[in-house]
Amino acid sequence: MHVTHLGLVDFRSYPQVELDLEPGVTTFVGANGQGKTNLVEAIGYASTGRSHRVASDGPLVRAGAERAVVRVEVSRAGRRLLVELEITPGRSNRARVNRAPVPRQRDALGQVTRVLFCPEDLALVKGDPGDRRAFLDDLLVSLAPRYDGVLTDLERVLRQRNALLKSATALRGGGQRARTAAEQTLSVWDDQLVTCSAELVAARAHLVARLAGPVGEHYRAVAPEDRDPRVDLTYACGVPGVTDTGADPAVGREEVAEAMRAALVARRDEEFARGLTLVGPHRDELVLRLHDLPVRGYASHGESWSMALSLRLASYALLRAEAGPGGDPVLILDDVFAELDTGRRERLAGLVAEVEQVLVTAAVPADVPSALAGRQVAVAGGTVVLP
Amino acid sequence: MYEGIVQDVIDALGRLPGIGPKGAQRIAFHLLKADPEEVTALAEALVALREQVRFCAICGNVAQEETCGICRDPRRDPAQLCVVEESKDVVAIERTREFRGRYHVLGGAISPMEGIGPDDLRIRELMARLADGVVQEVILATDPNLEGEATAAYLARMIAPLGLTVSRLASGLPVGGDLEFADEVTLGRAFEGRRRIGGQG
Repeated sequence: MHVTHLGLVDFRSYPQVELDLEPGVTTFVGANGQGKTNLVEAIGYASTGRSHRVASDGPLVRAGAERAVVRVEVSRAGRRLLVELEITPGRSNRARVNRAPVPRQRDALGQVTRVLFCPEDLALVKGDPGDRRAFLDDLLVSLAPRYDGVLTDLERVLRQRNALLKSATALRGGGQRARTAAEQTLSVWDDQLVTCSAELVAARAHLVARLAGPVGEHYRAVAPEDRDPRVDLTYACGVPGVTDTGADPAVGREEVAEAMRAALVARRDEEFARGLTLVGPHRDELVLRLHDLPVRGYASHGESWSMALSLRLASYALLRAEAGPGGDPVLILDDVFAELDTGRRERLAGLVAEVEQVLVTAAVPADVPSALAGRQVAVAGGTVVLP
Repeated sequence: MYEGIVQDVIDALGRLPGIGPKGAQRIAFHLLKADPEEVTALAEALVALREQVRFCAICGNVAQEETCGICRDPRRDPAQLCVVEESKDVVAIERTREFRGRYHVLGGAISPMEGIGPDDLRIRELMARLADGVVQEVILATDPNLEGEATAAYLARMIAPLGLTVSRLASGLPVGGDLEFADEVTLGRAFEGRRRIGGQG
């Protein structure tokens, strides 16, 4: 698939932009702070309903405006599809697909698929577990948009449950009676927590199992200097008793649910003492290993970048394999070349050169390898100049 | 910012649910232009709302007397009790004309984030109503969202020892809709709640 048109109204620094795009490589060139990333961020938003830079929608709306509009038209195997989102911070967004309103934004997501490489990707390897969970969840939503609903539910259940635990902690003066009362309601939230957690854990573990092979292959391609890299991905579920959920997500779900119920009972006292939910997928981790050592903390800067690129390339391969004919995701390389050495630049360029559409942003055009020399678009001060 | 009273009205309207700052401004200027009698009637209705409307001593629904019309109506079946979150849910169910029993309005749903626990809802009153053995079936009609489901699960657990029939409203496909447009959650629930037609029932 490729993006044929990008339209923005009051999105980030842009009052209004209408931009026609073509298949092949397009490079957005401009000094820092001119709005290059804002363009590719908008395409990402139309894909997943989330920004890769901020957690809330507030910063996406241009200062002084009430709402922003993102309009992305893609062509998939010759068919046009238009996704329009109206972003209003603090309210639910409105969405249209091919001009027809859909009841929820979720129904418009997953139509546009993209894989994004950005300088923050290094955090996939060096950052906190939360960065890697976010990576898995983002990919999961791209593969199956309904997980957006599971994630939203989980977030809400956790907030409700933590609020309840906290209020019970505050009431400790009330003694056993206050706690018994809280426990009665808590069991209701436990059920909800177990249901959405089990679904998410099984899906994440299944995803990791499918990613492991492609990540290893791409690592070999990105870092040929490493003759025999032993790359290993595991989903470390924090719930004791959950062993392997990989192969069959439906079977995994039952196992996770059972183990979670037991873990919740076992840690009840601790949860009350700390006023926090201590069992659940919000405490899991994607462990990356290279030569049997955790990448985080052990790998060099270069190895870390190779791993980060491999994760993204493997995501691309997975999405492409599941998408069917004409469904190749749009590949976005946001300012990554400045971060890489010449060898990795050239190899990355070689790996993505035949992709249907590649969108590149760069402050310095010379950073972009010649294999990706495509159409150049100048971006300056919130305006876009076509060649 | 407008001067004095105009801004006061805009601020007050803006605090109402579903009305934003722009909407509040539109309503305020509409009221300024509107027929004075209409505006006075609105103001009087608002005052009467707070002064005269009460909550039914039995079910918690809005009422103008000690009890509401539905609780006083002898034709309603006392064996069936439908538990809802708000008075507006009573109105919604009444519009269907399907249900001939009585209601119990909880006054909300369990939501620890907003500091609403079981003790803040009319659950103790509900249990007292169920104690006399007249009610045979309890229908839990809380909203099909996280908080509503949690409330229903909590009530089901509380009522279970009484040995009554407890049912939950079915959730599933909207009538007149297309199967292909249903999201996975709704479709999944509709499958769970499928029922047999024809054949050996």
